[in-house]
Amino acid sequence: MGRFFSAVLLCVVFGGLAGCATTGSNPKDPYEKFNRTMFSVNEGLDTVAKPIAQGYNAVVPMPLRVVIGNFFGNLGDVWISVNNFLQGNIEKGFSDIGRVLINTTVGFCGIFDFASEMGLEKHSEDFGQTLGKWGVEPGPYFFWPAIGPRTARDTLGWVVDMRADPLYDMRDVAARNALRGTRMVEGRARLLQAESVLDAAAFDKYEYIRDLYLRSREAAIKDED
Amino acid sequence: MKSIFLKFALPFFLLLPSAPLLAQEMPDALVKRVTEEVLEIARQDKAIQSGDMKKIIELVDTKVLPHFNFDHMTALAVGRDWNKTTPEQKKSLITQFRLLLVRTYANSLTAYRDQNLRYRPLKMQPEDIETLVRVEILQPGSKPILLSYSLEKQDNGWKVFDVAVAGVSLVSNYRDTFANEIRANGIEGLIKMLAGKNKQLETRQK
Repeated sequence: MGRFFSAVLLCVVFGGLAGCATTGSNPKDPYEKFNRTMFSVNEGLDTVAKPIAQGYNAVVPMPLRVVIGNFFGNLGDVWISVNNFLQGNIEKGFSDIGRVLINTTVGFCGIFDFASEMGLEKHSEDFGQTLGKWGVEPGPYFFWPAIGPRTARDTLGWVVDMRADPLYDMRDVAARNALRGTRMVEGRARLLQAESVLDAAAFDKYEYIRDLYLRSREAAIKDED
Repeated sequence: MKSIFLKFALPFFLLLPSAPLLAQEMPDALVKRVTEEVLEIARQDKAIQSGDMKKIIELVDTKVLPHFNFDHMTALAVGRDWNKTTPEQKKSLITQFRLLLVRTYANSLTAYRDQNLRYRPLKMQPEDIETLVRVEILQPGSKPILLSYSLEKQDNGWKVFDVAVAGVSLVSNYRDTFANEIRANGIEGLIKMLAGKNKQLETRQK
């Protein structure tokens, strides 16, 4: 799925979206019409994903959810470390390596996050942020079904993130898919809390998410998050 | 006898000059006290746990809101157009925006009440009249969510005038939406839009 998807995305983003180009009035969202369509496609997909996430929260007890969250968090720390080094955050990069070493061994393959308790903070970095730190402009805003909001820069970043994902090279396809599936459900379940707040706060959900996303990416690149 | 008097009285006298300073709670202590108080109630109250929105809003109204400066918040959200509004319009805008923020706060309280919090140390000079109080919501497997409260010093204590989540101000996130509405339908249009949203939320979450 990865390779095909990447190719399609790259074509769409850098082919200029010739077919969908609209005379958008908003300079930060020139493809608003296209994006709003994709947003409603995503809402449609979510009618399946959301109940699964709610079921996950209802069936899986809290301690187990913590263990699952920690496990995937540990998987992500390797790439977070690389991105910290690429951004020149040497101290944070080493701290992330320390996290992986501690949590993978003492923390039983990452299911316990002892590193956080020892004061090695969990970070959040991705390749889109690294590109941003290097001075790459965000480019136009997009909303992708199943992926969510991404600027052109962050879409490219996401493709690289996917390639760098430890699960990408897993030979055992069944196990890989099971892990990916669980991670997706866990990720969606995480958003359930924020969703009720969003519903209360937003006048137009599409617009609110877009503005929040664009601002939060700026903050994340400057490490103000 | 004299020495006993000194032992007990001296510390008391030494404390006196600092008494007016003690009267005003430090901003980080204020945020922590109010947050813990509200969470304690939210975690124990049966009606709140079953999702009784009216009760939660009541709690937010009495415990949290006195520490917010809504005039300042509304002005921040409206932005440049604030200077063009009449006093009556300002009053309506503040009332409606306040209602919206109360609902938002009540919803986040319900959603995150079981999460663990961590209070970050305050970085502030004694003469500062504005400061940032940082609280983190801990969550397994990912970076803590950072809440930053901007507070300003007033005669009746420190007041919150902005709240940022992960570096993004929830108040200024409205700025573009509000500016667009004002451009299309004027200040009255914005008041109507806010009132409509509040009405919709009220009927949806009894």
